[in-house]
Amino acid sequence: MSQTDAEKKRKFRSAKRMREIMTEYYIEAKTADQTGKKVAWITSGGPVEPLIVMDVIPVYPENYGAMIGASHMGGDLCAKAEALGYSTDLCSYARADIACALENGGPIGGLPKPDMLICCNNICGTVMKWYEVQARLFNVPLFIFDTPFCHVDFADEARRYVRAQIDEYISFLEGVCKKKFDFDRSMEVGRLSLKGQQLWQEVLDAAAHRPSPMTAFDAFFFLALIVTLRGTDKVVNFYTELLEEMKERVSQGISAVENERYRLLWDNLPVWYRLKWLSDTFASHGACLVADTYTTAWCGSMKYIDENDFIDSMAEAYTRIYLNIGVDEMAKTIFEMIDKYEVDGLVMHSNRSCKPYSFGQYDLMRMVQEKKGIPCMMLESHMVDERSFSESQALTRIDAFMEVIRKRGPGAGTAR
Amino acid sequence: MDILNEFIEVAADPGAYARRIRASGRSVIGYYCSYAPEEIIHAAGLHPIRLFGTGGDSGIADRHLQAYCCSLVRGALAESLTGRLDYLDGTVFPHTCDSIQRLSDIWRLNTSHGFFADVVLPVKLTGENARKYLIDVLQRFKRDLESYFDLVITEESMRSSIRTFNTIRSYLSEIYELKSRNPGIISGQELFSIVRTSMVMDRDVLRDKLQTLLQELRESVPGREGRGRRLMLVGNACNHPDIYELIERSGGQVVWDDLCTGTRWFSGAIREEGDPIAAIADRLFERQVCPSKHKSPTARGELLASQARKHGVEGVIFLYLKFCDPHSFDYPYLKECFKDMGIPSMLLEIEDSLPPEGQILTRIETFTQMLGPKTGAVHAETSQTGREG
Ligand code: SF4
Ligand code: SF4
Ligand code: SF4
Repeated sequence: MSQTDAEKKRKFRSAKRMREIMTEYYIEAKTADQTGKKVAWITSGGPVEPLIVMDVIPVYPENYGAMIGASHMGGDLCAKAEALGYSTDLCSYARADIACALENGGPIGGLPKPDMLICCNNICGTVMKWYEVQARLFNVPLFIFDTPFCHVDFADEARRYVRAQIDEYISFLEGVCKKKFDFDRSMEVGRLSLKGQQLWQEVLDAAAHRPSPMTAFDAFFFLALIVTLRGTDKVVNFYTELLEEMKERVSQGISAVENERYRLLWDNLPVWYRLKWLSDTFASHGACLVADTYTTAWCGSMKYIDENDFIDSMAEAYTRIYLNIGVDEMAKTIFEMIDKYEVDGLVMHSNRSCKPYSFGQYDLMRMVQEKKGIPCMMLESHMVDERSFSESQALTRIDAFMEVIRKRGPGAGTAR
Repeated sequence: MDILNEFIEVAADPGAYARRIRASGRSVIGYYCSYAPEEIIHAAGLHPIRLFGTGGDSGIADRHLQAYCCSLVRGALAESLTGRLDYLDGTVFPHTCDSIQRLSDIWRLNTSHGFFADVVLPVKLTGENARKYLIDVLQRFKRDLESYFDLVITEESMRSSIRTFNTIRSYLSEIYELKSRNPGIISGQELFSIVRTSMVMDRDVLRDKLQTLLQELRESVPGREGRGRRLMLVGNACNHPDIYELIERSGGQVVWDDLCTGTRWFSGAIREEGDPIAAIADRLFERQVCPSKHKSPTARGELLASQARKHGVEGVIFLYLKFCDPHSFDYPYLKECFKDMGIPSMLLEIEDSLPPEGQILTRIETFTQMLGPKTGAVHAETSQTGREG
């Protein structure tokens, strides 16, 4: 099938550059043993900036998990983990990564072996168990950055505890790398990190325009950089270009979804192995998923960062991220997004892989219906394990949901 | 033993007991996890009670929780929403797993049982920073109790509570040791009831009753039912007293456990000198660790291996509530640890109710039969199991 001009126009030219950067990044990581650099595995929400300062290459098993999912290798790998005794009810990122680490399978021939493991539990308790598994397998030092959950607020004692762990973290790194931490450099890395987050937020903000120049599915794709290269100028440069492209699209009236009629908000991680299918399915109803709670999480706690005191302020920023707060706090973020992006409906991905993200969704849904009066739907999957996903079931739900949205009419918005 | 019957009665209906306590004018504070700082609640003159999330249909939880949530969390929410916890004056949620963490939010937003506190414990139970933080967290909890209930928790009452809990824990440990040495003195189900009641009963009354019971057990002669293969139960919280009897009928007997309705809960003593809060914190740090907390990547395997060795364990049954992340993650590793010691294991995953009896019996029977000839395990009996019924 040949693409129409409109379809070609809708493709992001930055996508190519993004792939190049990610390829370079993985080549650098995979050849670290030749260049004498150290590799740290780190959780996606973990404080990466000190690693950059120490010239350690950060590698993200979760980003790798997304690659596994997108390349439809999740089911096989998860099955391998199950054969080892890991329950099918566990996070599929963790299962897939555990299986990969044992046999160097998976995309790009597996991740480079870690010299250390950095686990920040601001996203879940799963990562702690997962990194314990890898610490036993690779027999390398494990640092746990413990960020107390903020049900309603960030307690003073939690603030002191997290701050103290930054010093712990730095001396851990100094020990493993056998060199001093350069505080001057950390200022620069901190500045770049914040700049990267600001740019990422601006990229996402572009979707507030009607019609939206991008969809959440694009955001899922472009997210990889802010996750993996936060704190470097690569991120800053790339998102500057991407933002430029967004602006062009807006000015040229290029919409991500042809004839955008409805605007939706996505909650939770993506269904990695059905990105395109979901995107097309919604688009066929004239619906654009303009924003999502997931990719926003990488810039959601910017307000706590003090550019001139990055190391100190990152304690708070890393603790108060989206997944580490109470359901009612999450609701506030969702309400804001509904208003900002002028959303007609909410699609909640009930993700069997991710309990901290999914439990509480029913309550969130009720809050959204009450406060914002927009329709909500729920779609269940195991984000990287495609074996249990039923397209026909999902389709029935989406069709029914879109029917409700259609009856309300486009732009019915949140008026109640 | 009359006293044993009393334990069995309370264990069968903790709610009825709690209602009586409340009627006597004492406020009742409930929690679902063994990391709750019970001593502080007790020192405040309030009644601490462990809740189990059982005893009824949990369908009502569907409004808030997906089907892939463990039955403890679902059952907990259900018992609150259906009004079965009308005896509570407060609930406390120590921070543990992701599921309980969200239950706490849902609880705070949808139920009303008076006092409510999240005790956001550190996840990392190593290092001076975490220890300091834990002390701060416990101090905050103490202040919260004081201000809500308008009372003062004196250092003296803290000390006295600590002594009470230390005594209770040491009695329970001794009962467990006695059972391990001489499994026939008490059945698994009876022991289960003793532990469960110990989480429910007025602690001062309990202390005396346990003492009497212990005295009787020290003198008792083993009965015939004590001759199964020596098994250890490893898992989260056991809410199924029947399992013990099924194990006994299948040629096994539980001689030790790592359950939070078992040794994980009562292990470790609190220092009786110095700052009481710091002493309580230190015990939480040092007690048998739950997989939702971190000590070191190998701490739990090493601990369980040494316990299995000490108690001459011949086989391990992993008894897991389905959908429990922290425990499921540890399973492949622990299984290997036991295997390396030559100890076979089996996994029994359960939801809110046990699978059909016949099925469990067959599985456990198959397991005990493949344990091979009796080894020279320290406490092992010499004759083969006499199956009853
Ligand atoms: S998907 Fe959820 S459970 Fe899995 S690692 Fe991410 S935050 Fe943790
Ligand atoms: S298993 Fe662990 S987290 Fe769960 S109730 Fe027991 S101690 Fe608490
Ligand atoms: S530790 Fe396991 S059993 Fe206990 S509440 Fe959490 S998920 Fe449920």
